Amino acid sequence: MAFVYLDNNATTPLHPRAREAMLPWLGETHGNPSSIHRFGQAARNAVEEARERVAALLGARAPEVVFTASGTEANNAVLFHVEAKADRPGHLVITAFEHPSIREAAARLAERGWEVTRVSPGEDGVVPAAKMIDALRPDTRLATLMLANNEVGTLQPVAEVAAACRRRGIPVLCDAVQAVGKIPVDVDDLGVDYLTVGAHKFHGPLGAAALWVRKGVEITSYLVGGGQERRRRAGTENVAALAGFGEAAAAAADELAERRTFLAGLRDRFESELPQRLPGTPGAVLHCTGSPRLPNTSHLAVSGVEGESLLIRLDVAGFAVSTGSACSSGTVEPSKTLLAMGLSREEALSSLRVSFGMMNRPEEVDRFLDALAREVAELRRVMPHSIVEVA
Amino acid sequence: MSLTAVAMSGGLDSSVTAWLLARQAPEGRSVIGLSMLLWDHSGVEAHGRCCGALDLGDARRVAQQAGIPHYTLRMDEEFRQKVVDPFVEDYLAGRTPSPCVRCNTWIKFDLLLERARRLGAERVATGHYARILDGPEGPELHTAVDAGKDQSYYLFELTQEQLAASDFPLGEMTKRQVREIACEAGLVVAGKGESMEVCFVSGGVREFVEAQVAEHPDRYAEVALAAPSRLVDTGGRELGEGQPFYRYTVGQRRGLGLAAKSPLFVLAIEPEENRVVVGEERELLAPGLSGERLHWSGPAPKDAIEATVKIRSRHPGVAARIRPLEKGKVEIDFAEPQRGVTPGQAAVFYRGTRVLGGCWIQGRL
Repeated sequence: MAFVYLDNNATTPLHPRAREAMLPWLGETHGNPSSIHRFGQAARNAVEEARERVAALLGARAPEVVFTASGTEANNAVLFHVEAKADRPGHLVITAFEHPSIREAAARLAERGWEVTRVSPGEDGVVPAAKMIDALRPDTRLATLMLANNEVGTLQPVAEVAAACRRRGIPVLCDAVQAVGKIPVDVDDLGVDYLTVGAHKFHGPLGAAALWVRKGVEITSYLVGGGQERRRRAGTENVAALAGFGEAAAAAADELAERRTFLAGLRDRFESELPQRLPGTPGAVLHCTGSPRLPNTSHLAVSGVEGESLLIRLDVAGFAVSTGSACSSGTVEPSKTLLAMGLSREEALSSLRVSFGMMNRPEEVDRFLDALAREVAELRRVMPHSIVEVA
Repeated sequence: MSLTAVAMSGGLDSSVTAWLLARQAPEGRSVIGLSMLLWDHSGVEAHGRCCGALDLGDARRVAQQAGIPHYTLRMDEEFRQKVVDPFVEDYLAGRTPSPCVRCNTWIKFDLLLERARRLGAERVATGHYARILDGPEGPELHTAVDAGKDQSYYLFELTQEQLAASDFPLGEMTKRQVREIACEAGLVVAGKGESMEVCFVSGGVREFVEAQVAEHPDRYAEVALAAPSRLVDTGGRELGEGQPFYRYTVGQRRGLGLAAKSPLFVLAIEPEENRVVVGEERELLAPGLSGERLHWSGPAPKDAIEATVKIRSRHPGVAARIRPLEKGKVEIDFAEPQRGVTPGQAAVFYRGTRVLGGCWIQGRL
């Protein structure tokens, strides 16, 4: 039985073009980009070529791209830079459903005397721009707003918030990790100062990410011990992963229009069929379908069914989905995003995220719908009076 | 398709169980590994403790080696309610608890079985050293082939319905064989030692109890931490001041701090009086015990019966007459007086290798 992977917001399979671009650096050749000799020169060339391709995908210039090992590192770097540059603790505006790499970095700053305003999204999964703007203060040192939410897939009014911040001279960080490669992302259209992107969310390799920093905007390296990335991020470059990142970015740029159509096709096939397959009241509720959102993400709650049990049953049956953010201990907690959107703990725990990728096929959607209907029926049979969780 | 869930702690025994079942699963039967997140060990170097974070990581790696999927289920709230809180309460009531029995009864074979059924698994396998044999009145619990490793004592409260849904593949094997299998298979846990301590206690038990009381003042409002107890002899004569009563265990000899001609032992703990009764070794000997929450593995006998009774996990067993009373109470007369009848421990009844049932010790007769 072939396993079906429908968790592409967690990570994606590698694009064949990215794999090809990496292979020479995993065998035939090698080199430290900082070395003077020809091995180093070839490696340097590969890294810089990747930088150009990533910059091109973002509508940016290559020198503005700082490579990192993960989106988390890139997000952390911005918050800790803001702290390092401030002469006294100031104020941050973030959203309540930012990625943990921003939420927890902000919480660390709060421990050191910073004030943090956490703006909640509405039930539609969108943070109102006006609420973000109202939260700005004269001592606000940074505003952060993700472009696409990782769980429900909703798009946020980044450009509007960034314009208001620019008028006040407040720098803006946009976590675009879930958006890049799925929808067009242009740093000038967004008007932000920092933007983060990770290769593995759009068919690039794990271990390669980037922090884009607008020309003229400062960033302090929080890793020290080397002059790499023009002194903005110390550490020897992961040449193979960066070569894959560059190629994945080039592939995304080439395919972007088709990708949106293809992914939305899979999603719509799933969402249009779902009500017939999980009928009844209460059946399945799709979240945020009326909001601007990513083409690849479906988020639903299956009333009265524990998402954790459903996820495990689906995995045993050969279908990989998610109930929220993957968390390190491998257990499932009610999603902070959903709680921030105002969903109840029970609704949050009965939710499922289905995220499609370019390697999925329409017939996989059909098989998944069959499995979902079967496993939900089984779960309801085993626990007819399902109480979702001991509160 | 039918499904068996293997309970995986990350230790040697449950790892070999998972590996064996994955290898031996007949056509049409699938195996999954389940681990239980029972206690937050964060901040503690948790290797070697049942279900600690590092061990759960090992469980996941062994599952990969065995080629089965593995899931961690969060059960810390239930574990606290069913195992940890009663553990603390037992000490504060002057008893010496047996948390592993409670964990088996309430967590591994009650909650886990129920959670496994939700996931579509109708059987649960564990790495316990005990056997389940078919008998005329349904499944019977028996001691393991490896007498030195036998864990049937800890399982005495399982119902026949639970036994019918359980598998203990290690019950027919010796520990040595189990370790050999782990080594031959190259399991990452092959070199692991035994986890002997109470899994959720990282330091001393008494310190743990005190920390819990301090952490939950709402629950233990009336407990005066570290208040000295009065040490008395069997005649009620005061011998001196002792440690807080919950720091003592019946049968304990050391640490009394009393000068006497012959060594003194703790005979009884009386929390209401804040007294600890001490006496000579011969006074520890009891002719029998009174018990509560009597459980029979199978139909309950109508009259008194003869059986071998173990009054703690490493007790060799003593011939005894078991007289059931009303409301789950029971009295047991030993053929030979026994020392160390400890309130809070389980008394488990055997006939040959078979576990007939058991009860919880209230006191001596």
